[in-house]
Amino acid sequence: MSTLAPSAPHDLTQVRTLRSRLMPYALLAPAVLVTLFIVFFPMVQAVVTSFYDLVLWKPNASRFVGFGNYIKLLHDPVFWISLGHTAIWIGLTVPLQMGLGLVAALLLNREFPWRGLARALVIIPWALPSVVIALMWRWIYDPTTGVLNDILLYLSIIHSTVPWLADPHLALYAVIATLTWQGFPFFAVMILAGLQGIPQSQYEAASIDGASTWRQFVHITLPGIAPVLATAGLLRIIWVANSMDVIFVMTGGGPGYATHTLPLYAFIKARQNLDFGYGTAIAVTFTILLGAIVAVYIVRTMREVER
Amino acid sequence: MNKPSTLRRILTTDIPVVFIIMLAMGPFVWMILTSLTPTAQLSASGVSLSPAGWSMDNYIRLLEQTSFLGNMLDSLIIAAGTVVLGLAVSITAAYALSRFRFPGRKLVMLQFLLVNMFPIVLLILPLFILMRKIGLLDTHLALILANSTVAIPFAVWMLRSYIGAIPRSLDEAAMIDGCSRLQALRRVVLPLAMPGIISTGIYIFITAWNEYLYALTLGGRNVRPVTVAIQTLIGEYQIEWGLLAAGGVVGALPATLLFLLVQRRLIGGLTQGAVKG
Repeated sequence: MSTLAPSAPHDLTQVRTLRSRLMPYALLAPAVLVTLFIVFFPMVQAVVTSFYDLVLWKPNASRFVGFGNYIKLLHDPVFWISLGHTAIWIGLTVPLQMGLGLVAALLLNREFPWRGLARALVIIPWALPSVVIALMWRWIYDPTTGVLNDILLYLSIIHSTVPWLADPHLALYAVIATLTWQGFPFFAVMILAGLQGIPQSQYEAASIDGASTWRQFVHITLPGIAPVLATAGLLRIIWVANSMDVIFVMTGGGPGYATHTLPLYAFIKARQNLDFGYGTAIAVTFTILLGAIVAVYIVRTMREVER
Repeated sequence: MNKPSTLRRILTTDIPVVFIIMLAMGPFVWMILTSLTPTAQLSASGVSLSPAGWSMDNYIRLLEQTSFLGNMLDSLIIAAGTVVLGLAVSITAAYALSRFRFPGRKLVMLQFLLVNMFPIVLLILPLFILMRKIGLLDTHLALILANSTVAIPFAVWMLRSYIGAIPRSLDEAAMIDGCSRLQALRRVVLPLAMPGIISTGIYIFITAWNEYLYALTLGGRNVRPVTVAIQTLIGEYQIEWGLLAAGGVVGALPATLLFLLVQRRLIGGLTQGAVKG
């Protein structure tokens, strides 16, 4: 990639065209080499590891088992539980984030004196570290001293304190609520950008024709922001599926397996049992499942870029 | 005459917006209030809502009795290192992708886009094995490299669109005047792309500062960034929420302030896609 030195400078112009043809590759080389080393090489390693029985604390570790880990996976009830949770996790979090984000964006798109300030403040959750968010919500959800129970008791919505994160039936939904809170500003900001791209004249024409606000929303606003919704939605599905730091800090996957998602299960297997072979097999399976959504996103983005 | 419409605006816009802002800010404000309430009072009567009950007690304990300042330094080294490495290799790559048409260009762009979508869990396990093999475990460099897995593809895509917006005729004019390609890049394109480079750098800094799972897995003893250190503030017998909240506020502050500083310009770039988080 870096053979820029002219080998036989008989013909100067030929050397020059060769140089200019190699130029982009030379400029790309550092970035490509670094990503090969820190992304693609480890990834190949991961696929290889998934065919081995590799437990880090066992003395003569590393035994080739072929598809052994994957067959084990199919018979592992926790894998299926985690897969189900991952589906609920994505299926609830992304639409909730999008809905809340849409409401926020529509409001922030209206005219009011402190609009700039409001737009800046609404993004705060997005900039906070996941660990801080997770700990903050653990404090809010705390069964004895948490503020959420206090508020709900005061409003008499509940009659006794609820152990949000310790109840296996509630824990997953409590974490989903936290992730919704963390992610809705992203949608709000993206949708806001989409809203600003809709020409005002369309609304004026519609109101002259006597279209109601609702009809204007359905026929002008929604089509106008549809591309943004699709792009942001795809990005979020991928991101939410991958995200496990908030669950890990809030519940560690518990109580029991109540908040296990696939990436978290892989991480816990490797981190706590040091079972790297099985852990990477789960991770690889998860990546393949996610691959379909990633493919749709990539086709869309590449098409847009080349336009 | 203006009154009814103002009232209407307040009812239909201002009040709902206040609700949204309260929803977005509420938990963070609650954490700030918690951090200002001394621990003894926190367990006796809960979070203090009035300034009379506030004190800097938790913050003083945080700075005096824990290694939090050292952890901030670790985070700073890692985040700054990621920015330097990420930008250094990405600027030339982005320039090449935006200015040249060559065989394999699409493949390279696809590769950088794809990398951003990889589940972190797929990379974290082999990176741990790799870092252990080459003896980088628990060093700043290990975390800088790990964070670069996110930073480099992101930076290449962001900078490609910033540089793409600079007219080609400018570097062509410089080259007619006798500049080489690299001189044109350095003297013409780089200064013009500087706002984009700075906001990309700041975004990398924020994500690297906030990163948790790599820090937990590849760091830990000698190198312990803020995100990992905050968890160690949980007390031995009962959770010290006051101290924890103070750590959370201090740990979140640098990234949040930087974010507010550049949010307007960042959002323009972010809506172009290819972004994690």
